[in-house]
Amino acid sequence: MEELNKEQKSYQMGMHTEQLAGRTQQVFFSPEEAENLLYPGAFDVDFDKRGELDAADLEPVAVNLKIRELMGEGCGTIEVHNPGAKHSLGVGILNRLWLHFEGSLGYFGCGLIDGPNVRIKGRVGWSCAENMLAGTVVIEKNAGSCFGAAIRGGDLICKGDVGARTGIEMKGGTIIVGGRTGVFSGFMMQRGRLVVLGDAGPNLGDSMYDGIVYVGGKIASLGTDAIPAEMTELDIAWLSRKLKMYGLEAPDGVKNMHKIVAGKKLWNYDNLEPMEKKIVL
Amino acid sequence: MCGIAGIIHRGGTAEIGREMTSMLQSLKHRGPDSAGFAVYGLPRSGEFIMRFKVAEQEDMAKGFDILRQVKERREEVDSRIRSMAGEILEAEEVTEYAFRYRVKYDGDTRRFTDFLEDVDGVEIMSLGRGLELIKDLGDATQVSEQYHLGQFMGTHAIGHVRMATESDVDIRSAHPYWAYPFQDVSLVHNGQLTNYWSKRREFERRGLRFVSDCDSELIAVYLADKLSDGFDLEDAMNRSVEDLDGVFTYVVATAECLGMAKDVMAAKPMVLYEGEDCIVLASEEVAIRSIFPHEIETFDPYEGEVRVWRN
Repeated sequence: MEELNKEQKSYQMGMHTEQLAGRTQQVFFSPEEAENLLYPGAFDVDFDKRGELDAADLEPVAVNLKIRELMGEGCGTIEVHNPGAKHSLGVGILNRLWLHFEGSLGYFGCGLIDGPNVRIKGRVGWSCAENMLAGTVVIEKNAGSCFGAAIRGGDLICKGDVGARTGIEMKGGTIIVGGRTGVFSGFMMQRGRLVVLGDAGPNLGDSMYDGIVYVGGKIASLGTDAIPAEMTELDIAWLSRKLKMYGLEAPDGVKNMHKIVAGKKLWNYDNLEPMEKKIVL
Repeated sequence: MCGIAGIIHRGGTAEIGREMTSMLQSLKHRGPDSAGFAVYGLPRSGEFIMRFKVAEQEDMAKGFDILRQVKERREEVDSRIRSMAGEILEAEEVTEYAFRYRVKYDGDTRRFTDFLEDVDGVEIMSLGRGLELIKDLGDATQVSEQYHLGQFMGTHAIGHVRMATESDVDIRSAHPYWAYPFQDVSLVHNGQLTNYWSKRREFERRGLRFVSDCDSELIAVYLADKLSDGFDLEDAMNRSVEDLDGVFTYVVATAECLGMAKDVMAAKPMVLYEGEDCIVLASEEVAIRSIFPHEIETFDPYEGEVRVWRN
């Protein structure tokens, strides 16, 4: 592979446009502050300090408040037992944290997070990690529909199958699906990378603006303006590294994966000059 | 929004009344307006269970005359059953306006139903060898207690909690729907059908019966129509995915089967657990967890998917 510097690689993978997402925003505005900026309501935690809670008899709000309480005490590693597929657990965490759910989550789990590393031992319901900004979320089993809707950054991994509309409107980051994904995955995605190691349902990448979809299995059909593209050495290197990080493998090898990008035939609006936009509006 | 659920036990009976109550109560946030159950006991030979109402719950709060009307309507139902050579083996007044009858009748059940529903205010909720269909206003626990479902033993059940969006909050618009005139076929639905009126007009022109303005009833009528044309349940359901427009997930039950279908956009949720002894499905996993608190393998069915299980 041709020797490229970091900036060139970033441009080739379309990653340069993601610099305004989540915790990376602070690097953009003030590189010196890098990892030190804390949002209001975020916590400075110690990974070596552990905390745990049993969610069995708690309402979702109480579970989230308890997580905040433990973070406030400086706990950087928190285990949640018996989450019982309750909705909206682990949402809105804006700092670094190791968060382990020893079971399944319901809808909207880990939404609006910016920084934590989350591991979920079970399954997740609809809209997991919606609007995630940074961090990692790894799900050991299956996931429902709208997985990673509108994520801006971070890595979202499901080792099993996911439902429909995976990565709908994603604006950055990486989603990896170990198994199969349903209809309209990558619908209107704008940036980022959606990796599906199994089969993809109908209308894959429909109306996508930008970003890349990689599929290891069969594609039922491509959506409007989604087109196949050539895998490059950079794609292969990036995919190999990323999959290895999470202990995953493409069934037929990374080289044989399908690459789908936007045809950009629907991209008329953004090609207009400001005055022309005004006329259109 | 609405929440739906189903459960089928393989090779025996279980406390399906209690199980379905627990599942539906977990889905209360998806629909607080009404709750409904279609529970299936072991099929009885030579007799039917008929669940019917003679007034809406809200009617009971209007004026003093309603109690007289309820009494007269019920007497008329009893009289008409006898006039059709039917025999009431047992009559239970479950609420002021809803009744459970054990009936012996050997004739045409469609004619039987039509004749009884001709009485003002009367609606037959279900007529079946194993099916008993119960629905009323309130949450699942309230309805279950009102109709004594906690002790009900059976093989399978479906249920629904309703958030009314396009029709009234009353019993006739609540789910499940009986797929009249097919004995033991019932249905619950979550979603919206966009070709409801055109299809309804088509069916009504052919003389098929609608008791409400709820779009979900269309699926029950559709399946009944296909079954009467000789389709088996799975084929009828596959056809429905092609013919019905809109977003929907529905669950259907017959005397021996439980089935689910999802529209081609997969826009409405469904979570499935397939165990060795039973299959459980619900709009949200939290409902399944209410009866299986330990970790289990669950998954979402995909777009356009139809599945049928037998007990």
